[in-house]
Parts: sequence; C-alpha cells; structure tokens
Amino acid sequence: MTTVALKPATMAQALTRALRDAMAADPAVHVMGEDVGTLGGVFRVTDGLAKEFGEDRCTDTPLAEAGILGTAVGMAMYGLRPVVEMQFDAFAYPAFEQLISHVARMRNRTRGAMPLPITIRVPYGGGIGGVEHHSDSSEAYYMATPGLHVVTPATVADAYGLLRAAIASDDPVVFLEPKRLYWSKDSWNPDEPGTVEPIGRAVVRRSGRSATLITYGPSLPVCLEAAEAARAEGWDLEVVDLRSLVPFDDETVCASVRRTGRAVVVHESGGYGGPGGEIAARITERCFHHLEAPVLRVAGFDIPYPPPMLERHHLPGVDRILDAVGRLQWEAGS
Amino acid sequence: MTVMEQRGAYRPTPPPAWQPRTDPAPLLPDALPHRVLGTEAAAEADPLLLRRLYAELVRGRRYNTQATALTKQGRLAVYPSSTGQEACEVAAALVLEERDWLFPSYRDTLAAVARGLDPVQALTLLRGDWHTGYDPREHRIAPLCTPLATQLPHAVGLAHAARLKGDDVVALALVGDGGTSEGDFHEALNFAAVWQAPVVFLVQNNGFAISVPLAKQTAAPSLAHKAVGYGMPGRLVDGNDAAAVHEVLSDAVAHARAGGGPTLVEAVTYRIDAHTNADDATRYRGDSEVEAWRAHDPIALLEHELTERGLLDEDGIRAAREDAEAMAADLRARMNQDPALDPMDLFAHVYAEPTPQLREQEAQLRAELAAEADGPQGVGR
Repeated sequence: MTTVALKPATMAQALTRALRDAMAADPAVHVMGEDVGTLGGVFRVTDGLAKEFGEDRCTDTPLAEAGILGTAVGMAMYGLRPVVEMQFDAFAYPAFEQLISHVARMRNRTRGAMPLPITIRVPYGGGIGGVEHHSDSSEAYYMATPGLHVVTPATVADAYGLLRAAIASDDPVVFLEPKRLYWSKDSWNPDEPGTVEPIGRAVVRRSGRSATLITYGPSLPVCLEAAEAARAEGWDLEVVDLRSLVPFDDETVCASVRRTGRAVVVHESGGYGGPGGEIAARITERCFHHLEAPVLRVAGFDIPYPPPMLERHHLPGVDRILDAVGRLQWEAGS
Repeated sequence: MTVMEQRGAYRPTPPPAWQPRTDPAPLLPDALPHRVLGTEAAAEADPLLLRRLYAELVRGRRYNTQATALTKQGRLAVYPSSTGQEACEVAAALVLEERDWLFPSYRDTLAAVARGLDPVQALTLLRGDWHTGYDPREHRIAPLCTPLATQLPHAVGLAHAARLKGDDVVALALVGDGGTSEGDFHEALNFAAVWQAPVVFLVQNNGFAISVPLAKQTAAPSLAHKAVGYGMPGRLVDGNDAAAVHEVLSDAVAHARAGGGPTLVEAVTYRIDAHTNADDATRYRGDSEVEAWRAHDPIALLEHELTERGLLDEDGIRAAREDAEAMAADLRARMNQDPALDPMDLFAHVYAEPTPQLREQEAQLRAELAAEADGPQGVGR
C-alpha cells in the first residue's frame, strides 16, 4: 500500500476539480456565466473547462445575470444540471427575481413535478480590497427564501465536497464561495479522488469547553485564530463551522452550546436582520437552561459594504471576537 | 516610452473599417400587420385548418365567458379574460408539435386549453387551490407565469438545451405588450439571438398593460421593430385574424426548427374585457374604441370568410356552438365541486427532502389539524 503525501492546494483549485469531476461524471452538467469560458472565470475557477468539455458545456454568456439564471431555469426544465456563476456577490442582484420567483419555488408550485437542479455559484464577502459591489455578504437574503439550499465552504476539502453535493442535489443550491479564501491552502491532494460531503451538517473544527464560536465561510479562519489567542486569557473555545445555512444543523450547534454554556455567532454580513439573529434565537429557544450568558453576535456593521481602505474596520477580526468572548463572563443583573 | 516620446513617431490612421454585422433590412417588420382573412391570400388557406381554427375560437370565447362567470360565483379567485384575443391563443397552441413547448403568461389559460390541457387543471392557479395544476413535462406547457416576461428566458434556455441534446424541439413564449418593457424581455431576446435558439416570441399587443396604453409603454415604431436590434426578424400580424397569426407563427416555428434562430412576432389585437374581473376599464378607455374593435372580432372575421366561401353553414355554426356549450357545461359542473385539499401538501414539495426545520413545522401543523378534528378543548379555548 502506498500512501500519497498530501500537498497543498487552494480552494479555487478544489472548486475547479469539483466542476471538472461533476462534468465528467454527468453529461447533463453545464457550466455557464460571464467570462467562464475562454478566460476561465475572473477567479480562474472554471479554468480549462471550456477546452476540456467544449463551449457548449462551459459557456460564455452575454453579460446579464437575470438572463444567465433565467435561461438556466429553462435548461434545467429540459433535464440539464446548470451550474451558473454570478462572478461577484452584488452582481447577483439583477437575477433575484428569477431566483426568488422561479428557481426557489418551481418544485413547490408544480407539486414536485418540476424540480430545478441548479447550482448558483456566488463568490461573496470582503477582505480582498474590492471596490463597491464586489464584497457583499448576501446570505441573509438567500436564507430568507424558502426552496433554496444555502451552502458555504470554509476549507479546501469542503469546497470540493460541498460543491459536488450541490451539483448532485435535485434542488437549487446557492453556493457561496468566500472569495478571500480562494487562495488559501490546506492539505488536500488534488490528485486523489475527493470526498463528497452531505449538505446540512455542521462540524466542530476545534474542540473546547468554555464557549462556542459559531461561524462559517470567510470568518472560520478568523475564529480559529481568535480561539488560539483566547488560550492566553484562559478561554478554551470550541469552533463550529456551519457549512450549510439552509438546512441548518441545530443538532451540532446545540450539542456544542449545551457543552460550553456560552456562544458567540461570528459573520461578516450585517447583524441586524442577519444570520446571527436567527442562530441566536434558535440557540435560545433550544438551550436556554444551559446558557450561562446571552448569545452574542460579532457581525459586520449595519452599513453598505465600505470602501477597501476602510473595510478592516468593518470586518469582524480577532480583537472584536475576543472582546465578545470577554463579555460572556456575564452576571445576571449586570 | 511615454506618450510624449511616442508623439513624434505617431502617424494618425483611420479607425479599422466598420461593417454592419447583418443587413437589418430583412429583419424589419412590414409597415402594416399581415392579414389573410378578407384578402386574396385567404383563398390559399387550408379549409381544414380554417374550420379547426373556427371551432377552437368558438370554444375559446365560450371558455372565457364561462371562466368570467365563475369569478362572479366565487369559484375563481380571479380571471384575466382573453376575449378578443382568442385568435392568438388558439394559433399559438395549434402551430406547435406535441414535442414542442409552450410558455404562457397569466392571461394565456386558453392557449394551454387549446393545446389539450384539461380546462379545470388550467384554472388551478386562478382557482387558488394550488399554483400549477398540471405536470409541465407531461403537457410541455410551462406553469402559467404571473411575473412579467420572466418565462421568456426559460423558453430560451429550454430551446437551447433541446438543441444541445439534438432534439427537434421549438419553444413558443407568450408575452403581453407591457411585458416587453421588462428587463427579462430584453435579456431573453438577446440570449436567444446570440445562441440562435429555436424559440419564437409572440407578443400579444392588446393595447393596455392594465390601464397604461401602448403609447406610454414604448416609443418604438412597433413592438416587432425591437427584434432588429437583437439581430432577429420581427413580424407584425393582425392578431384578430386567426389565419394570419397561424401563418406567421407557422413560418417562425419552421424557421426555428430548421436552425434559423428566433423570431419576434407582434400580434396587434385588443383586450375586449377589463384586465381582470377586478379591474374597471371604463376609467381608462372609451366605449367607441371598444366598439371599433368588437367590429373586428376574430370569430366574426373567420365566420364571414368561411360562410362566404361555402365552407361553413348554419349547421356548422350550430355544431361549433353546441360543442363549446358542452365544454362550458362540463367545466361549470366540475368547477362547482369543492376541491379536496390536503394541508400537509404545504410541506411536501419545498425540497426533495424536507429540512429538519420543515419537519418540525410539519409536525406542528399535523398536531393542529388533529386538535381541530377533536373539537375545541384545553387552554385558550
């Protein structure tokens, strides 16, 4: 038996591999979007696919997000499995009517007769110095739309495993790619067959006893860093990576909070009406008697995404997380 | 080298010669809507087809009056009548082969019925017992679409997918004049032309988007003219002339099937009834305008042509009316039965596998239904 040494690969490479493997496994899988063909996508995630599978299967479309998603609906109606790219988070907004009025509800309105297996890849989030409309975190909009799955990987292995699962899903999946992690590397062998990860399960990335950090996507590395830093303060933090926002894994989250008795939800998108409010409410409803302190949120400010030179003040960083952890030493009446 | 340093060596040249990519002339619609009935061209029309169109028009008109009556009885939540537009509806259904797809708007129930859909199933959305009452794949009719023009890119995608699979399928998408102002109309036409997708767009220009007249909707010479900018032919047709609509759509479908790409057809017609039973059309248009269009009624036009040519007599007219009456009686009888609804269906088709959250809510509703069945009792009653 030979063991293959794991070599570093980037999240972008893992996503490309997932697309390539999915296209090779199923001729119904079609990749489409602006710049995905000849250029290989502005983040190079679709690099080489047009060459390998032809332009009919990896298609440069006109520049029109509603048209991209709208035609993908028709293609899915005819039995294809389109994987569309929205290029940047805020570019997806013109496609919202197609997403909400058709993609999310076609299965429901036809009483199951016409499911739409569409994967919508949305590079999202900040921290890459992008100008306006290139750094939004729109997950709350997608979460609020019944009929969509909402998935976001934070590791290279998950990028592969969850994208394969999304493409294989018979339901539409909004696949949020944390663009500042595109070039992050971890030990994942790009030459070995990848593992497909089921959608809907959170994982504990770091075990701890004093409090739980609940996070996903781009904030996972920040939380892991904060957990390391918190050791000096005597805090032993557990870090839960949600991976899937819809469906939500109450079981893993609540099991962790019941163990630790304290929780902080961390994400980049705004706090008001954001995912953290929903998560905090779910924890409170289920684990009230285990809680030693209120569930806290560390989120982006409730502002339009700021310009690049100011984004470091907006994005939840280690200090802000540690500050919240400090506030978990809560005393009734304080 | 800086720009300043380059300046000495720079010799201005004219820009690369520009050539138009296509000659727009063949794409342009005729100045006047194409007509067949009442012209010499009518003699060329297939008598069997004309008789079939007539029977379907009479059925369609009766369907519209019956469905409108059902709204008054509270059996339908709403009905957007296509009275006056039956020629477009019927022709759209009849030009398609079984393998082709129809993409209706909310006003096109009649096209779905003329294509063979059960009249009761076709009214499911408007009755309010579910959103779509049929399997779109079984009938190759997309769900009746309430958002405007959003079904057009679906038609393009489906036609494109069919062609990629090597299937000989055409998609026909219906939209109103108001829908042509929506962004999805533009994106659909652009994609269709770039991909040369086998799709036909039929705009039923019935004069008004609820209350807004065409003059406030567009400044284009005609809606058919919009096609030229996308690089597809635009065709203008008298939407009350069933033979003309059928001919123009047949040509467009054949063109698409042969690999010629999309066509935009504008049928000029008129909505005789209000937007829906909930609308008061007297607020935005006068009786004389409506009466002028009534005088150009699609059924009367075809009936006149057929009787003039000896293809239809009193018996034939009576037979068509009796057939329509039987359809209406059957529709009435079946619509007067209360549909059996299962509240648990609320959760059955949101995802292939319900999420854990939906399972909890499903259990909650099941408990509520059980409590309801047991009668009032317990806390809070």
